[in-house]
Amino acid sequence: MSILSKLKETIVCLKAGRVTLPYPAQPQPVPPKFRGRPIFDVAKCTGCGGCANNCPAREILVLDVCQEIRILKYLGRRCAYCGRCADVCPEKAITMSREFENATNSIGDIGQKLELFMSTCQRCGRCFKEPSPLEQLKMKGYRFDDLQNERWIFRSQSYIENEPVADDIKIEME
Amino acid sequence: MLKNLCKKMFSRSLWVYHANSGGCNGCDIEVLNVLTPYYDAERFGIKLVGSPRHADVMLCQGPAMRSTAKALKRAYEAMPAPKLVFAIGSCACGGGLWFDSYSVIGPLEKIIPVNYYIPGCPPRPEAIIYGVAVALGLVEKKTAPVQLKQLEYPIPQYHPSDLHVRDELVVYEKLEKI
Repeated sequence: MSILSKLKETIVCLKAGRVTLPYPAQPQPVPPKFRGRPIFDVAKCTGCGGCANNCPAREILVLDVCQEIRILKYLGRRCAYCGRCADVCPEKAITMSREFENATNSIGDIGQKLELFMSTCQRCGRCFKEPSPLEQLKMKGYRFDDLQNERWIFRSQSYIENEPVADDIKIEME
Repeated sequence: MLKNLCKKMFSRSLWVYHANSGGCNGCDIEVLNVLTPYYDAERFGIKLVGSPRHADVMLCQGPAMRSTAKALKRAYEAMPAPKLVFAIGSCACGGGLWFDSYSVIGPLEKIIPVNYYIPGCPPRPEAIIYGVAVALGLVEKKTAPVQLKQLEYPIPQYHPSDLHVRDELVVYEKLEKI
């Protein structure tokens, strides 16, 4: 009886075949909705600081060294790759890449540092203030999606075009 | 130098002790996933042991917590001398999302020295294998610090000191030079 059961076990094991992935020798593809390390595009960034405001880990620091240069520091240490920075970015300067092989022996390797040129007013040399809080909201990044009717339209939260997330919110607020 | 030392010291196999100092168990599941036949870690001679006294490597998950800091330090001190510490997950690397709360002290290196960092929340099992392979010298690390600079816009910079009244006209002196 015991020999029979062992033989059965052997057959089951042989049927399964080889399942081990040849990972470090061959690259392993990631699933399509995988979010990896965020990549910052310095050419598109306007330095609004929305990503720093929205980061739940407080990982993106904004430093104003002088009036014209703003330094955006992404440390990446406690980044949870949630993608909120890429979601809120009005210029789509942040893309969630598909890199996951970020293992390193010094933690400073993951960081990214952006040096941004902030332009100033040609006349007075200062940044001007919008007249009212509502007008300020209409500024880039916080403006109404539909300018004719002045209302918000909540877009799909999916990261792949034309492919909705499981519980995608499709609300239009009047 | 550390890599050569690793090659010399850990040329046979790594025995791994798995310590969680207050994480959410996400990284633990990924670490146990590495030991399954799909990502067979025993190809590299990695074996999970139950005691820090038998281990060469400590895989740490979770941030340095107020309640477990002492126990974690004792576990680290119990390991025999050539030892490595891997910080797995964003909690161990930098303190996690709740880095500023009362019970969290911060990143793991505030208590014990950390040799290798594997960020991710949680890291994929491939990422953990990649981190171990980096430590063993099988593959090169891919990350490097990035510093990006925006080119200055070609906007002329006006300054009131350069404006002069000439023949009842206000003239900007440096206008030709730009």
